[in-house]
Amino acid sequence: MADWEVVIGLEIHAQLATRSKIFSGAATAYGAPPNSQASLVDLAYPGVLPVLNAEAVRMAVKFGLAIGATVAPRSVFARKNYFYPDLPKGYQISQYELPVVSRGRLTVLLDDGVSKTIGITRAHLEEDAGKSLHEGLANASGIDLNRAGTPLLEIVSEPDMRSAKEAVAYMKKVHTLVRYLDICDGNMQEGSFRCDANVSVRPRGREKFGTRAEIKNLNSFRFVEKAIHYEVARQIDLLESGGKVIQETRLYDSDKDETRSMRSKEEANDYRYFPDPDLLPVVIDDEFIATVRRTLPELPDEKAARFERDLGLSAYDAGVLSAGRELAAYFEAVLAELGTAHAKLAANWVMGELSSALNRENLEVSESRVSPARFSQLLARIVDATISGKIAKDVFEALWSGSQSADEIIDAQGLRQITDSGAIGTVIDAVIAANPKQLADYRSGKDKLFGFFVGQVMKATGGKANPAQLNELLKAKLGGGP
Amino acid sequence: MLHTLSISELSAHLAARQVSSVELTRHFLARIERLNPALNAIITLTAEAALAAAAAADHRLAAGERGALLGIPVIHKDIFCTDGVRTSCGSRMLDNFIAPYDATVVARLKAAGAVMLGKANMDEFAMGSSNETSYYGSVKNPWDITRVPGGSSGGSAAATAARLAPYVTGTDTGGSIRQPAALTGVTGIKPTYGRVSRYGIVAFASSLDQAGVFAHSAADAAAVLEIMSGFDPLDSTSVDAPVPRYGAELAAPAAAGGPLAGLKIGLLREFFDGLEARNAALIHDALAVFRSLGATTREVSLPHLPLSVPTYYVVAPAECSSNLSRFDGVRFGYRCAQPKDLLDLYKRSRGEGFGAEVKRRIMTGTYVLSAGYFDAYYLKAQKVRRLITDDFRTAFESVDLVIGPTTPTPAFKLGAKLEDPVTMYLNDIYTIGANLAGLPGMSVPCGFVDDLPMGLQLIGPHFAEGKLLNAAHRFQQATDWHAHAPRGYE
Repeated sequence: MADWEVVIGLEIHAQLATRSKIFSGAATAYGAPPNSQASLVDLAYPGVLPVLNAEAVRMAVKFGLAIGATVAPRSVFARKNYFYPDLPKGYQISQYELPVVSRGRLTVLLDDGVSKTIGITRAHLEEDAGKSLHEGLANASGIDLNRAGTPLLEIVSEPDMRSAKEAVAYMKKVHTLVRYLDICDGNMQEGSFRCDANVSVRPRGREKFGTRAEIKNLNSFRFVEKAIHYEVARQIDLLESGGKVIQETRLYDSDKDETRSMRSKEEANDYRYFPDPDLLPVVIDDEFIATVRRTLPELPDEKAARFERDLGLSAYDAGVLSAGRELAAYFEAVLAELGTAHAKLAANWVMGELSSALNRENLEVSESRVSPARFSQLLARIVDATISGKIAKDVFEALWSGSQSADEIIDAQGLRQITDSGAIGTVIDAVIAANPKQLADYRSGKDKLFGFFVGQVMKATGGKANPAQLNELLKAKLGGGP
Repeated sequence: MLHTLSISELSAHLAARQVSSVELTRHFLARIERLNPALNAIITLTAEAALAAAAAADHRLAAGERGALLGIPVIHKDIFCTDGVRTSCGSRMLDNFIAPYDATVVARLKAAGAVMLGKANMDEFAMGSSNETSYYGSVKNPWDITRVPGGSSGGSAAATAARLAPYVTGTDTGGSIRQPAALTGVTGIKPTYGRVSRYGIVAFASSLDQAGVFAHSAADAAAVLEIMSGFDPLDSTSVDAPVPRYGAELAAPAAAGGPLAGLKIGLLREFFDGLEARNAALIHDALAVFRSLGATTREVSLPHLPLSVPTYYVVAPAECSSNLSRFDGVRFGYRCAQPKDLLDLYKRSRGEGFGAEVKRRIMTGTYVLSAGYFDAYYLKAQKVRRLITDDFRTAFESVDLVIGPTTPTPAFKLGAKLEDPVTMYLNDIYTIGANLAGLPGMSVPCGFVDDLPMGLQLIGPHFAEGKLLNAAHRFQQATDWHAHAPRGYE
């Protein structure tokens, strides 16, 4: 059996977050009643003409700068001609030979800690099509053209990925980036972010690519992974049983977890691309690029590097905390109150308690029930030893479900840590006196019983004894032991 | 008689309240009712709306408002979308199409107080040179009703020649204003590409289409063009440049050396190859007039111009094949009866809705854009187009305008060329170059051959409409070819 190498390239469609469409003034909001957001231009009435939305160009340039790509000084819109009911003009306005963005790259961090750079061939502007509706209509199809003309940025990668995991890591990276840049809401359920995967296999060591299949319209990271897994297995089975992979477009059926052929290369449309004579070439000068560059936020990779370098976080923590713009902003807001000296503590708490609470209730960071200010006060009480980390977890739950501050909760519930050595010593003496057998065993070498005494003291103090002091005093009073 | 007056005379009469817009409108409506049945130039009459618009114009006039076109009737080529009025584009495909908005040209004229009488017949989707491809039947030439008026704006030209309105709008993609203007003995101008908004004009070939006007004189055309022109944010290819006061340029006093002193006119050598002697003689007579007005003339050459017809018949069909894809029977226009599935809906709606010439061009355009043929046809045509444009640019380094005949022959017989598309296409041999290069072009009457009018064509550099109109105006002050009316339409 041959050793197969998987080759994957992705075409990601990111819906740009402009208020109006790419070539008309109609709104782009999701979920409006059918055809309520379709202007005469979107409906392709006789005589109407497209006018380019400058905001879409600005967003595309922003993306280009963020991936270190070349922004074309002159790019051209072309018509992609085919008939379909949800394509009112009978052609889609896209970019073909001269895209606005070309030759960029993104580096992804894989699970094994290895980072890999994925080339981005191009990113071009185009308009989305409408939707055909079949549900609830007897012997008819409905056409909803609300989505027709919505701006898309199609981001085409090089065939640089070698596994489904790499493909997903890359897609997640692009997903993070477009949201950082505020150019796409990234909502995959609503189709704002979706991809087509080009998948092929070849015997390891061979340079020539195998014949690829294109899997259309994958709208979740999980589907991308599963569809690629299925497709790779299908192609290997086919090749190992003496068959051939044919170049075709396939559809992933998530219910059956399989890909199915849509059309082969022979049945493919001849799109008859040619420059759209209704639109002038898009001319972008250095000044425009400089203006857009000034609006770039700190990018995820830059932020992660800074977290590692300046805050001393591990690469993993820095990666997690910079992966989402909102999460990073929350973390930095906490640090602003708490001080960067306690970055590690803040990182652990944001990634731990806060994230699990958010996950539990399926909330976004922006919807957190605990603000960065309340959260940082809680952490400050750990730092100044008012409460232990263990008690702090209970306080966090109270913060999450109520409106009191950490200090109010600590005071109201009497959770302040006991740091008086005398008081702790008194409790230790009582515990030792009540457990002579354990004391004897400990002194005869049963080291593990130290934990038993810690537990008894904690129990007696309601968990409030300062752990460090407790350890020290207990060790002295037990004596004779290890 | 009201229909013999110029636009400025009509405007003066209206301003002096010697005639009302309603009276003027009734006069032209009556002429249309009487004369149009033999011509078939008008396919939609909007009498009621016209009288209401005329009454509104009369109110504005009574309130002291003045305007060059206020209260003056107009007919629009049926390619311009007109809000609430059928806009058929001469096709069965749009026979049931009521436009929900006004084209920018229509809106501008409406705002200026123009009174729309109706819509003019045309070749289907502006594809034709004889107005014989219209779904509504051919238009007859008022000079000889057994002959064509030219096309595609044949209805506009015939209506102007028959004095059915003081001026009529048109569009020119390969000569569709200049050629019919020549064949019907009227003045027609196609401005620079981008000078007039294309918004609301049913698209034929987007990189070539340009709106213009038919009138009885260059002075009238200047008055209308001034209002039609100008930047439109709804058309990305319209040019954001100020519109000169064309009328003022025409009214300027003549210089010492004659009204056209200093004007350098180039005679296009390639336009005379194989031109019949009598037609060539008319052009040379016109040149003599221009020299007498102070202009100098010299011969210029556009070596690539003979390639303009094949170039055009790649570029225009390519664009039209894509532009006409929207006519699919789904949202508007003709839909076949009881389609059995989607493919059947497409095939029969388009098969039944489009005429033969439109289908021929869609097929040609689809072919030249297809994989494997694109480079050999479309790309090569774009390169030749560039060469033709460069030829003109070179010529305009030494002359201000170029002139030549508008057409090789006067109006031909109805049906004479219908069965032979290539011969028909060659009728536009002199006019297509200006479209490919995006230049302003104009045709003015310059005499008769066998009692049929011939046209003199003037082509200028980009945005030289003022120069063209001025040269044509001075020519018309020195001649009376433009004042001739066909018998029965005086």
